[in-house]
Amino acid sequence: MKIAVCIKRVPDMEMRFSIATDRKSLDPGGLKYEMGDFDGYALEVALQLAEKQGPGEVVVVSMGPDGVQETLRKGLAMGAARALHLKSDEVPFDGLAIGRALAAELKDGNYDLILFGRMATDTANGTVGPMVAELLGLPCVTGISQLDIANGRGTARRDLEGASENVQFPVPAVLTIDEGIARPRLASLKGIMAAKKKPLEIKPAQLGPANLVVEVMELPADRPPGRIIGEGADAVPELLRLLQTEAKVL
Amino acid sequence: MGPILAFAESRKGELRKVAFEAVTAARTAADASSAGEVHAVVFGAPGIAQRAAALGRFGADTVFAVEHAGLERYSPEVFTATLAERLKSGQYRAAFFTASAEGRDLAPRVAARLGVSLASDVTGFELQSDSVVVRHPAYTGKVTVTLRLKGTPALISLRPGFVTPAEQPRQARVESVQPAMDPAAAKVMVTEVSQRSATKLDLGEASVIVSGGRGLRAAENFKLVEDLADAIGNAAVGATRAVTDDGWRPPTDQIGQTGRLVSPDLYIAVGISGAIQHLAGMRTAKTIVAINKDKDAPIFKIADYGIVGDLFEIVPRLTAEVRKARSS
Repeated sequence: MKIAVCIKRVPDMEMRFSIATDRKSLDPGGLKYEMGDFDGYALEVALQLAEKQGPGEVVVVSMGPDGVQETLRKGLAMGAARALHLKSDEVPFDGLAIGRALAAELKDGNYDLILFGRMATDTANGTVGPMVAELLGLPCVTGISQLDIANGRGTARRDLEGASENVQFPVPAVLTIDEGIARPRLASLKGIMAAKKKPLEIKPAQLGPANLVVEVMELPADRPPGRIIGEGADAVPELLRLLQTEAKVL
Repeated sequence: MGPILAFAESRKGELRKVAFEAVTAARTAADASSAGEVHAVVFGAPGIAQRAAALGRFGADTVFAVEHAGLERYSPEVFTATLAERLKSGQYRAAFFTASAEGRDLAPRVAARLGVSLASDVTGFELQSDSVVVRHPAYTGKVTVTLRLKGTPALISLRPGFVTPAEQPRQARVESVQPAMDPAAAKVMVTEVSQRSATKLDLGEASVIVSGGRGLRAAENFKLVEDLADAIGNAAVGATRAVTDDGWRPPTDQIGQTGRLVSPDLYIAVGISGAIQHLAGMRTAKTIVAINKDKDAPIFKIADYGIVGDLFEIVPRLTAEVRKARSS
């Protein structure tokens, strides 16, 4: 199987963010980066499929400035065979602009599967995967929590609100992967050494015009500081009173 | 200006709450921008058209009921083709979806089919003459982004729960229409939908969430959390990632950066320390209550009302007091 996994380099979400002076982006000072949470799951799924299904190739693809090569190397260290860097100064917010650039690159790749994480943890849109599917005319299943591929057919489970659904689809297909399907492996030292020698191709990203553009980024107003109203079970009547008369939520 | 479209999601022949949210948003947008009518589109097996009147109650002028025996369940290809055809047929100004699991699957496909951009998971919108300005929480809710969406129709998916369905009744015209492609010809087939529990309220639809963390010490102690949710009524049970990772609760119960993002009226955190990963999923709740034995736990920094102490004493007492208040 030939599998492309589209991964995104995102800031470490545990950090304290500040807004840059243009008010349209994060202040890059002090930011650390990592592979998007869900992208790690997608890559793990791809590696397991490749191992199980015999001869194949897992290709990691990422868009952005030169820094994304670090994320791609991590993907190679986990076990991908090669990497593709679609170079652009920045990654636009507009999923369709990103999707067009990826689709242009992936369309002639003869991939059996094109995998994405369910969403990027930074922009939190989750639109690029299904858009690429549509642009390539491929079947698509999003938010997959269980997956089985056999004889050119796939069966997937996806979680809905309060329910789940089973989905059948033919390969080739575009799939987006939810958390929990398979814990991403840690790169071994051997993998990290091998990754340095694996091919990493650089191409300019063919970004289209963006029609969804950032006007302003802001830090949301802080919640009012927390208040401890008491200790132990004796504080319960007061809590109930506050919930009923002050917050009016009970 | 042209009409505004709302995708009315249904499951097992019933409209979902998010359907009323999308129609309410479309009505609000139409009224605020002197746009034209609100058109709702609902898909389903024959009989779904009978649900159309309910959409009129929330402000739909026309309901297009796409009825077909093959549409008992979601079909991404049929829904995409039919909605794209409808949006191309009129001078639609905008189309509202919700960022539910189904909406997140469908809206990007419709957008790409039409070659227009999509603003997703939106918590605020304003239609202007040539564009739409939207708000969107990003970076696990730590940054609010204001975006300008250009192009017609403007496709918007709303964060579930952000719009409160509001009744603005009118007699909706109902048009029964055929799907734009034969459902049997679709490549992607949803073969089964399993409801996790007929009675259990979904985290996204509950106005109250009672959530448990490692402080509960063992899976069976979630009974305390369930009892409290039960006493409150209209409440759902959530969990932290630590708890779902340990298998105490199913992964679908996880609230946080990699789980569900929720904004209930009341969030009760039981035995939860308040890791950033968890706060990302619930910090937009209207009122937060924390019960934890460690007074320095980060959860107390954002909790409107905190009680320090032994949850095994506090929670049963709270459950009892809520029951008492309910029955009086």
